[in-house]
Amino acid sequence: MNESEARSLLEIADDELILGWRDSEWTGIAPLLEEDVAFSSIAQNEIGHARALYELVAGEQGTTADELAFDRAPEEYRCTRLVELRLLDWEKTIARHYLYEQADAARLEQLKQSDDAEIAGLAAKIDREEAYHRMHAQMWFDRLKDEPRFTAALDELRPLLDAGRDEHSPELAELWVEMTMVRRSQPAGTAW
Amino acid sequence: MVTAEQVWNALAEIPDPEIPVISLVDLGVIRDVGVANGTVRVAFTPTFLGCPALEVMRDAMAERIRELGAEPEIEVLKDDSWSTDRITPQGREKLRVSGFAPPAPREASAPTLVQLQSNVFRCPYCGSTDTKLENIFGPTPCRSLRYCPSCRQPFEQFKTI
Repeated sequence: MNESEARSLLEIADDELILGWRDSEWTGIAPLLEEDVAFSSIAQNEIGHARALYELVAGEQGTTADELAFDRAPEEYRCTRLVELRLLDWEKTIARHYLYEQADAARLEQLKQSDDAEIAGLAAKIDREEAYHRMHAQMWFDRLKDEPRFTAALDELRPLLDAGRDEHSPELAELWVEMTMVRRSQPAGTAW
Repeated sequence: MVTAEQVWNALAEIPDPEIPVISLVDLGVIRDVGVANGTVRVAFTPTFLGCPALEVMRDAMAERIRELGAEPEIEVLKDDSWSTDRITPQGREKLRVSGFAPPAPREASAPTLVQLQSNVFRCPYCGSTDTKLENIFGPTPCRSLRYCPSCRQPFEQFKTI
């Protein structure tokens, strides 16, 4: 694995970790019971993908998945702005879901062609699981595509995908506090 | 000295933590068992990467191997080598009897929504194929929810991976 491969795996891992947290915010309060189950399950998958990707990079860099996931400062994360937002309305959540899954499919397709067998193998595994997320996103897209609120949400969020990964929104720092709280509260020198 | 056969037999007694009717061997997640110099090496594939039962399975395997008097070494393979096609025929039957519809065979390309909405999924209770997709997602990452209008029974469908 070269440096640029490690960097792109870390970008995907960060995207999946942060999106997994955001998706899990619908657990218990989604507008439909089916969607409560769906977003909780999607969140679980995304965090599982993040863990596997972090582990792959960590093995290469002599660190651990947890250190990569939780011990960096918020400004060091490499996620896209799209996944950082705390979206409490449904049309924006679905718009983000649709935009993200499309972009994610394209980069997974590339990773599956990697010369590194570990990267290609993991990408193929992730892609098989993501196929179910894409179906779910497509189903909602077909249902909402003529709704002005939904198309406005797509237009509003689409630019965030290309907004770069160096600058982050204040919402990421807020999430980081929540996300790392348990780990940061561990007394020094103890093992869990 | 423990043999590979003894290890396979021991692993065949470990139930899946989330669907205990089926064993880890039935589930097809154990890819290889190697025995050398008192160490048992098990190559193991997760079903879904986010499956919370992963650690439980790994610890249960290690414990059984220690009980056989050997040192376990569990390697987790995170590639695309596990597919629901690896669930054994006995495993599929155990799933069906317990009310889980076994997965459809894997195809070269990933399943589509049209396929999931089609009438190829059989109700594990009454055998009707007139069943409806209720939710792509279910109580665990590996399951979808379906409904059978013939016997008015909801059931869980193992997702094809």
